This record gives sequence, C-alpha cells and structure tokens, in this order.
Amino acid sequence: MNPVTYQRASSLAEAVRLAESSQLLGGGTNLVDLMRKGVERPSQLTDVTALSAAIAATDDGRLVIGAAARNSAVAAHPLVRSRHPMLSRAILAGASAQVRNMATVGGNLMQRTRCLYFADVAGSRCNKRQPGSGCDAAGGFERYHAIIGASPACSATHPSDMCVALAALDADVRIVGPAGKRTVALVDFHRLPEDRPDQETALKQGEVIEAIEIPDAPFAARSDYRKVRDRASYAFALVSVASGLTLREGRIDEIRIAFGGIAPKPWRAYRAEAALRGVVPTAEAFKAAADLELAEATPLAGNAFKIALAKRTLAAVLTDLSGDDR
Amino acid sequence: MSKVQNAVVGSVRTVLGWVPSQWLPGGTPDPLIARRAAVGRQASRLDGPLKVAGKARFAAEVAVERLTYATLVHSPVARGRITHLDTSAAESAPGVNLVLTYRNMPRIESPALISLSDFSAVGNSALPILQDAEIRYNGQVVALVVAETQEQADHAASLLVIGYAPTKPTTRFQDAQAEARTPESLLVERNHVSVGRAERELARAAHRVDNHYRTPWQNHSAIELHALTVIWDGEDSLTVHDATQMIAPSAVVLAKLFGLKKDQVRVLSPFVGGGFGGKGLWDHQIVAIAAARLLGRPLRLMLTREGVYRIIGGRSPTEQRVAIGADGDGRFTALIHSGHSVMPTYGACPEPFTLGSRALYRAGSFEMLQHHVDLDVVPNTFMRAPGEAIGSFALESAVDELAHEMGIDPIDLRLRNEPERHPISGAPFSQHARRQAFTDGAKRFGWERRQREPGARREGEWRLGLGCATGSFPYARMPGASARITLRRDGAAVVACSAQEMGMGTATVQTQHAADRLGLPVSAVVFKLGDSALPAAPMAGGSSQTASVAGAIIAAAAKLTGELVRLAGNDSPIAGLRAGEVHLVDGGVGAIGDAARHEEYRSILARAGREEITVTATGSPPLEMLKYAMHSTSAIFCELRVSDATGEIRVDRLLGSFDCGTILNPQTAASQFKGGMIMGLGLALTEETLFDERSGRIMNPSLADYHIPVHLDVPEIEVMWTGIPDPRSPLGARGIGEIGITGVAAAVANAVFNATGRRVRELPITLDKLL
Repeated sequence: MNPVTYQRASSLAEAVRLAESSQLLGGGTNLVDLMRKGVERPSQLTDVTALSAAIAATDDGRLVIGAAARNSAVAAHPLVRSRHPMLSRAILAGASAQVRNMATVGGNLMQRTRCLYFADVAGSRCNKRQPGSGCDAAGGFERYHAIIGASPACSATHPSDMCVALAALDADVRIVGPAGKRTVALVDFHRLPEDRPDQETALKQGEVIEAIEIPDAPFAARSDYRKVRDRASYAFALVSVASGLTLREGRIDEIRIAFGGIAPKPWRAYRAEAALRGVVPTAEAFKAAADLELAEATPLAGNAFKIALAKRTLAAVLTDLSGDDR
Repeated sequence: MSKVQNAVVGSVRTVLGWVPSQWLPGGTPDPLIARRAAVGRQASRLDGPLKVAGKARFAAEVAVERLTYATLVHSPVARGRITHLDTSAAESAPGVNLVLTYRNMPRIESPALISLSDFSAVGNSALPILQDAEIRYNGQVVALVVAETQEQADHAASLLVIGYAPTKPTTRFQDAQAEARTPESLLVERNHVSVGRAERELARAAHRVDNHYRTPWQNHSAIELHALTVIWDGEDSLTVHDATQMIAPSAVVLAKLFGLKKDQVRVLSPFVGGGFGGKGLWDHQIVAIAAARLLGRPLRLMLTREGVYRIIGGRSPTEQRVAIGADGDGRFTALIHSGHSVMPTYGACPEPFTLGSRALYRAGSFEMLQHHVDLDVVPNTFMRAPGEAIGSFALESAVDELAHEMGIDPIDLRLRNEPERHPISGAPFSQHARRQAFTDGAKRFGWERRQREPGARREGEWRLGLGCATGSFPYARMPGASARITLRRDGAAVVACSAQEMGMGTATVQTQHAADRLGLPVSAVVFKLGDSALPAAPMAGGSSQTASVAGAIIAAAAKLTGELVRLAGNDSPIAGLRAGEVHLVDGGVGAIGDAARHEEYRSILARAGREEITVTATGSPPLEMLKYAMHSTSAIFCELRVSDATGEIRVDRLLGSFDCGTILNPQTAASQFKGGMIMGLGLALTEETLFDERSGRIMNPSLADYHIPVHLDVPEIEVMWTGIPDPRSPLGARGIGEIGITGVAAAVANAVFNATGRRVRELPITLDKLL
C-alpha cells in the first residue's frame, strides 16, 4: 500500500473543500481493498463518515438517507422495511453483516466493479484502470460480466445490490459541489462505459454525495429483490431483480423493474415495464416483457446463460409479486 | 491398496526379519480395544480454551525481539526471463533492511521431493528457489523484501522494478494432453492395472455406462495463512516457528539445505490453523530462512491470501473416463477408470484419482491407467483425499448412472458388488462393514422417501432429490514414529513426540489414549507435541497420524512395562512375572488375569529410589498393512433442492455413515467428519480456481472470489459410525481425516440428478449447468 494522508471532514462544506484534492472515504469496504491491491493509489483521503447519516421522511413523504448512513442501518430502518422492502432486501443480500455495518450509502454508490482483471494490477491489462491499455477480461473469465450495455472497451458489471433497488425506486442522488447543489436521478448517476470505462459516475472531482432521496409510492411497498449467485451468501450477483408493482382490477397498474449483474450499471428495464403496464399478469406476459428487454443482449463466451437466467428470475419475481397471497 | 499403503509396505518388507510380533499379521489385537476407559469417550479439545481465549500462539504470532517483517513479490508471467531488475527504490524506502532477489540469494539446493519411500523428503517442487533469472510459472517468487514493519515491507515491494522477457508458456490442459506422459507408477503404486479384458467385457456387457467427468483446479484455503517466524542464533542454530504439517521432516531437510547438523535446527508448530495437505515445505520457508541469516535478525513472513494461491499448489484438474459393464443382475463385469491430471515434471503429487476405484467394488475385469499433463504451473500437491475425493466423484456418478439405467436402487446395486476381499490384490479385509454403514445410514436418512423417477418431488419452484455415494480411504500407519514416556513418582506421565496438531484433536485424543495405555486418569497425563526437539513423529498426512503416533506410544509403553517389572524386583506383588504377563492398569503394573497382583507406580518408583522413569521407543513396522486390505469406508447421503427458475441448488441435509474402526473421541471425530463433508460440498458446488489458460495466471486468488461454502450453504449434517474395531490396528482405529470428503461430490451430483433428471459430469455443479 502507498503512503497516504488521512483527514476527516466534520461538515459538508469542509468535505466539499477537501474533495477537490482528495479521494473520499466512506466505510472503506471497497476503497481500502483496492488500495491494498494497488488499483487505487490516492495520496490523500478524506473520511466523510461524520457527515449526515440521518434517515428520515420529509413532509411530502420522500425518504431522505444521508450519505454516511451505514448499509445495515438503512436495511433495518422501519420506514425502509415498510415502504421500500426491496431496498432492505437488496442491502441484506449484499456482502456480510460485518461489511454492511461499515459500508455507507454514499460509498455503495461509488463502489467499483469486481472484475477479476480490473483487480489484478500486476498481471492484467484493464481499460478501466488505464484507459486504452486493453482488456484482458475479453476472452478470459467473463462469467460475471455484462450481457447488455457493455462496450468493446469494458464489459464489467456494477456490483451493488442496493443501487439496483434504488434504480427501481426512482431514487435521486443529492450532490453538493463547489458550484452548489444539484440532483441526479440514480439511473443517470452511473454511466455506461462506451470508450471511457474509467469514468463511471456523474460525480465530478470536488463533488460530494450528500444524500439519496426516495419517493413514496404504492409499488414500492409491494416489492421484492431476488439475487441469484454462485453460493447462498457472500457472492456477487450473476443476476438480480428488483421489482415492485400495483394491481388494479386484475391488471398491472404501476410497475418498476431493475436488473443487477447483467450490465455496467444498475439496469432499469423501461421496455419491460412499458410492456407490462395495464396487462394481466401471466407467465406469457412476463416472458414477452423479458424477451423485449433483453432483445439486444449480446452475451460473451462465458455468460450466455445470463440471458435465460435474467428472464426466468424476472418471471419468478413477477409471479410472486402479482400473486394473490401478496 | 493406496499409494501410502504400498509405500509403507515396500519399506517394511525389508525389515521383516527383526520386527516384534505384536503387529504381525494374525498377531494379538491391541488389548485396549476391549479394555478402554478414556478412549471412545466424548471429550472437548484440551486446547479449546486456549484457542477461544486467543492464547494459542500460531507461527505468525510468536513474540520475538528485534523482529523484521517480509513480503514476497511474484512473477506475473508464466515463462521467460528477468531482463531488468532495479531494487534501488525499494532498498532506499523507509525501514527497508533487505531486498532479496536471485542476485543476492545464497546458492542453495531445492529440497528433495516428497516421496513415500523416503519419509524425510518433503519438497513439493524441484524448481530452483530464487536461484536464477528464469521464470517457470506465473506466481513464482522473484523477490523478498524485508523491513522494520509489515507496511514498510509491503510498500517497498511495490517499488521494485522488474522487467521480463516472456516466452510462450504451456498452460492449456487440452493442448498439453496430446503430449501427456504415462508414468510407471503413481508415487509407488503401479499405474497400470489390468485384470482380465475389461474393454471386451464392457463391449459385450448386458448393461453399460461409459462417460467422461471433469474436475477443476482447486486451491488450499486453510484459515491460517502460511507463515513462519525465523530466529537464527549465530550461524549454526536455527529455530523456525512454522505453520506445518511435517515438523520433524522439515527440521531434517532444513538442516541439510542450510548446512547444519540435525540438532542445530528446531521446528516448532504447536498449533496449525488447518493443513489439508497444503502446509508442507514450499519456497517461502527457504527464502525467509535465507534472508534472516543474511540479515542476522529474526524475521517473520506471512503469505497474503493471494500469495497462498500463487505459490502453494492445490488440487490438479482432471478429465476422467469411467466405464462400467454389468450383467443382467447388476454384477459388474468390467470396471474401467482412466484419464488425465496435471503433474509438472518438477512436481511431487500425481493426483491418483484411480486408486480409490481399486478398492470399492468386485468386478470381472479391471482396467486403470492415468496420464500426466505437463503444464507450467505451481506444482499441484496433496489436498484432502488427493485422488479419492475427485476419483470417487467420477466412479460414484457412474454407478448411479448404471443404477438408473438398470432401474435398480443405487444402494442395492452397490451392495450387489460388495467385495469379499480386496478386488485387485485379493488380500482379506482387516475389518469391513460398509454394508452396515449403508444400511444404518439409509435408515437414519430416510432413503425410502427417495422417488426412483427423477424430478418427481416438488415444493413450489423447487425440485427435491436424494442421492448417495460411497467412499473408501486407505488405512496407513507410518513407520518410524517415536514417542517418549516420562513416568513420575507422583503418578503423572508426560508423553511426547513431534506430532502435528492442525485442529483435528491430536493432542486430546492421544492424551486419552496414553491415559488408557498407562492405566492413568486423563488428568494425570500430559501429551506434548509440535516440536522437532521431541522424538520424531512422521508428517501428518494420508490420514495416518493417529495410528502412527498410537503405535509409537504402544512401543514406548511396552518398553516402560519392561523397565517397571525390572525395577519392581523381588519384593513386589508382581515379582516373578515377565513383561508379557503384566499390563499397566489402575496407576500401576498388574498381572494379566489376577487383579490381586498389582503394584502402583509410586510404590515401585519409591522403592527403587527413582523420581521418574523415561523411555523412548519407535513404533513397530506397520506389518498389519502387509497381509490385510485396510480401508475406512463411508456411505454419504444428500437431500437437496434445485430451483426450476434459476438452477440454484440448496442442500437441505447431509448424512455420513462411516466404517472407520474404533472412534476414539466422538466429539473431535464428528467435527472432522463434518469438516470433510463441508469441504466435499465445496468440491461439489462452489470451489474452482479460475486459472486463465492464456496466461497461466490464477485470477481469483481471494476468498471473495474463490468460493468455499459459507454458513448459509451448509445444511444440517449428521454423522454416525459402525464403531466396529479393526482387530489389526492400534486401538482398533483407522484414519478419519480424509474419508469425510470422499464421496460427497458424487452424492450431491446424484441428488441433483434425482431432483432434476440432469446429469452433471463436470464440477463444480453451478447453476448455469442446470438451466
């Protein structure tokens, strides 16, 4: 590990001031790992865990979660559990209890891909680490890689479970920078790799994530998160599905769907949602919607199974959510 | 017979002429089989409280003054040469004491390869250790950086500038298969077994299966990382606190490599956090010891998890063919097992996956042959039940396939082919109750709930299935195991040898054993181990340590008996009796068959004016292995569910029913069985080294990416045993360390087939194979 100076921001304003020349440190559950591996080599770290960790509802029913809130605190919060169960379940599907106790919401948004070649500084080329250097994952182990939204430069997936739920929940990211405050929809916060896979988010140098905001909505209360992976716990998703819906007179009224594990960012399934709105929930309808969403999927040698897996997992989640016993 | 057995047999044949009679074939069974008090009792580990309190000091925790810390640097290319080496930045970094590369590493030989005919040879690789600029596999050690703190060493290591001129490596299994070698022997077992004309019998069999099975690379993932603390006292006294399962042999080899006398080297390893075959002598010890000598300061090297994957070999991948022919009644007429595994020319372990198949079933004909694929890799090594763990996956899947094909219950099919004697050698079994293990296990497990037709049981989106398999693992007792007994006048005894405690309960069980052997309560006995200064025990491997150490204690107790009879003299109640007419019982020496003639140790020692008696003896040669086929066997049962939607597998229940002779301590034994079975679950479902065949590089060298089962993957596990003593072994016991994993992968695969109708012949059984 490289020598590094560490400082702690005691206010948002101080964090913004320090962010210009340093890297922000939340729980350290990803950044410190990457520093140990030499993937990240910051010379200055600013600890932002003293910023707001509050979880509270606003008067208009939106839930505001401070960026320093620990993942475990969010998952356990009564408002989250009752209004947004998919978020609670998504967080609990990730990492381990120890990691969730450390990890922050802001850090979760900023975590980087778990591509094995990205992590292998000594032995592998990676366009995300070093733009233009090449990608050794291509033709290598691509089981965990994207089937949609990737580029020739990079097909790594975003590893977060929480962000998949946030994408489905229409969450916003509140950002503060030298120029003031702005809000970015979570679905726009992460960007697709194209030819600059090193640029992963909309956050600019000098900006700090203040909070996320989640609107209250009936579909969010009837929601679930299902994660499919290579062992029962402590593994990244091969495919995950976050979804919530409401029914009216036997038809789907509101519906939100997001996939994890299949794309470089949390993949909001707008096409599938559109296809299912106003439709009687049947296995055929679910399949047609999934087919539509993944029509342009282009699998790699090692992950073609993800197309079928994503479709079947979506169908299983929707079958469950639209069932009578809900 | 297994490789270990055969090696042992080979080495003892020569000494047949002068051995004592106790373990001669047909000799008297160990009297403790019938007369035991502590042995067989449930007892918590004696070292449990120390471990719970964090007071058990492992190799990387020994406190030493003026300690330095080291970091290894690994080659990122598989073949080639170092063409540029700039150590200046690293050397001038804060706190750095030494940067060791091939340029300043002392010239030193590589240790002799592990061999079962030379029990002091313990090397895993014949490659030079930091001796030249050549790179021979991806991950090879190219430098060691030593500094005042671990962080300084780690940082300085990142400042090394090393340039390589890579050449094309051989790293593709399939490509190298064409050039595979066919060795004469697998260690000392002959490779080619041919009984009858198996291919012809197979072709004309009424029923047959003939398929290929694949198993992946696997790596050792013991919770304790490989580590050592090295202390040189001058140039000619070396102390190494090592995490090793071969204490005495390591001391012998290190003395030779570093030009010392045997008594100038001491290896200490009182606690090891899991060995499984991986905690042997590898490059890191040699490099660290050399660096500490150059530096003249104590040094600690603990591998990173990545380092363990890079320089400690694991389990070789295999491609196996198993074919079985059967007549209309299901009797095997042909059994064929062949295939390929990796073994570099410079490695020591041939991954003998066909050996288990030689002991399991009677058959009209046999054909077995293995081929070695030569790759540029860190040499694979022994990993819990090497050979048997993955060989049984292929064989026992095939048996299940044949049972399905014939419409016979798979247990029934197995029992129809139960051998009366060893199927190849014809030797009688010393004790063999696998039929009972199967029957008892099936009853406890509720095997009758199994539906013969695959996919017949459902719960929601889940399909449920049951499967079973059997395993066989050979008994071995290593020659040359020694022990010392010190009996004090106060009636307490200290028993000592350099045995290894890797968490399986060796200290506890041998204390129980020694107490019974000496006729003392457990509280009066201390068992010392983990130190090469003690009488030498063999390495812990091949599930042989318990029997080997027990044999040594038996020999020492016999010698002690003779001493006591002599000391007792003519004024004792046992006067006039010979050593063979007495036994050690009730804290003293008593006449066999006459409880009235007995004298306590304290009385004998007091009269003789002695404070204590010390005897040291070496266990008799393991002649029991000459005449008898001695194997631990098992019946493994698995119940699981497979999601129709996602292909996910959830194991609901696992049961192991074992026939392993006397179980010495139900508590430690159950833990060891369960640990093996959990490792079997990993083998079946999750474990796979992602070896990139383009670069020869392991891509998942971390426990986040190399998937061993987590708690949520591990179901309720039941273990049971026949407990029938083996009349030919010390205490009636056979090894239990490796039988637990053997058969588990096949039981899981067979349950998956029963649940889904899908036959997966490639491990691990990941969900994509079931979509």
